[in-house]
Amino acid sequence: MLRDITIGQYFPGDSVIHRLDPRFKIVITILYIVMLFSGGNYLCLAVGAVFTIGAILLSKIPLKMFVKSVKPLFIFLLITAFINLFFMSRGNVLLHWKFIKITDEGVNTSVFMVVRIVLLIMGSSLLTYTTSPITLTDAIERLLSPLRKIKFPVHELAMMMSIALRFIPTLIEETDKIMSAQKARGAEIDTGSFTTRAKNLISILVPLFISAFRRADELATAMECRCYHGGEGRTRLRQLKSAPRDYIALGVTVLFLAGVIVLGRLF
Amino acid sequence: MDNIIEIKGLHFSYETDDEEKKPVEVLKGIDLDIKQGEFVAVLGHNGCGKSTLAKHLNAILLPTEGTVTVDGIDTKDGERLFDLRQCAGMVFQNPDNQIVSSIVEEDVAFALENLGVPYEEMRRRVDDSLKAVGMYEYRLHSPSQLSGGQKQRVAIAGIIAMEPKCIILDEPTAMLDPQGRKEVLATIHRMNREKGITIVLITHYMDEAADCDRVVVMDKGEVVRDDVPEKVFSQVDKLKAIGLDVPQVTELAWELRKAGCDISPEIITEEECAAAIERLFAG
Repeated sequence: MLRDITIGQYFPGDSVIHRLDPRFKIVITILYIVMLFSGGNYLCLAVGAVFTIGAILLSKIPLKMFVKSVKPLFIFLLITAFINLFFMSRGNVLLHWKFIKITDEGVNTSVFMVVRIVLLIMGSSLLTYTTSPITLTDAIERLLSPLRKIKFPVHELAMMMSIALRFIPTLIEETDKIMSAQKARGAEIDTGSFTTRAKNLISILVPLFISAFRRADELATAMECRCYHGGEGRTRLRQLKSAPRDYIALGVTVLFLAGVIVLGRLF
Repeated sequence: MDNIIEIKGLHFSYETDDEEKKPVEVLKGIDLDIKQGEFVAVLGHNGCGKSTLAKHLNAILLPTEGTVTVDGIDTKDGERLFDLRQCAGMVFQNPDNQIVSSIVEEDVAFALENLGVPYEEMRRRVDDSLKAVGMYEYRLHSPSQLSGGQKQRVAIAGIIAMEPKCIILDEPTAMLDPQGRKEVLATIHRMNREKGITIVLITHYMDEAADCDRVVVMDKGEVVRDDVPEKVFSQVDKLKAIGLDVPQVTELAWELRKAGCDISPEIITEEECAAAIERLFAG
């Protein structure tokens, strides 16, 4: 049952978006977020929406995946909408009942904010849908590599992330085994009151942690045996090569961003 | 042939964590030479110090007393640590706990990345090693999709990529199913035969030891027997005294001999045993 959990949300494919250099994809995503937040009117938002939809169509990932990505944040969206709706005091009053006051400005902002956040979620999901977690880690390592100069442990961080990714399926499998073992001994995991279940969870977590520490110890020895000594002087099997299409994609994004900024100023 | 591994008067002890700090002596004076290209099995009961010995061969542990030299490099020589570890690769029991990357080929490349091997050379060595262990078509898979035996072969490929002269395997088949064991053993034997890599196989499976050139038996931190498998296994009572079994056919021959049959005690394979018993009936 635990096996259903997917880590990251990579959606394998071979579209243009999939093939973009992950470093460029991260930079483009950051520019995209700036784009969404720099435009203050609906026209800017429309430009952002065109960009998002264009990218989604190019990625060839079914639209329902993006609807799914927004779902978990539905409550958050609702709260955002409500706060903007009820606490905006500027504008013409549309409805006034006891202490509740709704203004046209309030309606306007809440719609605007919700659309903006939906676009934000869809756009950033596109990054994780089209890039595998391990590639993403790699790209982050390379993008952050200038920070090494100020002694920021970029390589170590990336190594920790990739080892975590490597061991997630292993630990899930192990959790499954421990759960069965504890159930066989009469532990109640799925039944009982909340507190009993929480208490019984300890009987799963303790062995899991002990085993994780043992694994970490063995892995460290195995890494040492294979001459691991940190990031210094390392070469990589995975080569990230930027192609013309990466620069084109970046260029298009910058144009969109500039357009949004100009539109925001004009109207 | 030259000795690739030379162990002289190796003692190893560690202090216990309790208050008395009483040192525990794990290895009590081991002398052992292993020749280039040899296939040596190290046998012993749990806790006899065989894993500790293995960890001395590539400087994971350093001797308390005595010296360990691998391909002319003293394991205490910190300056040549990476040369040493490149020369003597090590494979461990649990395949899951020695695979670093979530993509097979990147895991095989791990050691080469650490050593700073340039890309073209690395690509070639990774592909060659994966082909050598028969895992090339799985190069883009995730280790979690592989069986135990396949994972262990990937681990071996990761070591072979370093082009070592010697591979130390610490109970590599202990966690595998019979099919996985067969695959891994076949791979190790092929590496020994085709690439001339010296193999030190630490195991407690007697039948694995029976296929080797030489068997070293350890007990309580000492080497008690060191000979060809036929000679070692023929002394069934001595092996049993230190808690080890012998291959089933050897034991059968030994029992027959005790019962008064004229059969050689140096039988280690089923074929040999069948032939000898046939001769008994004929004669």
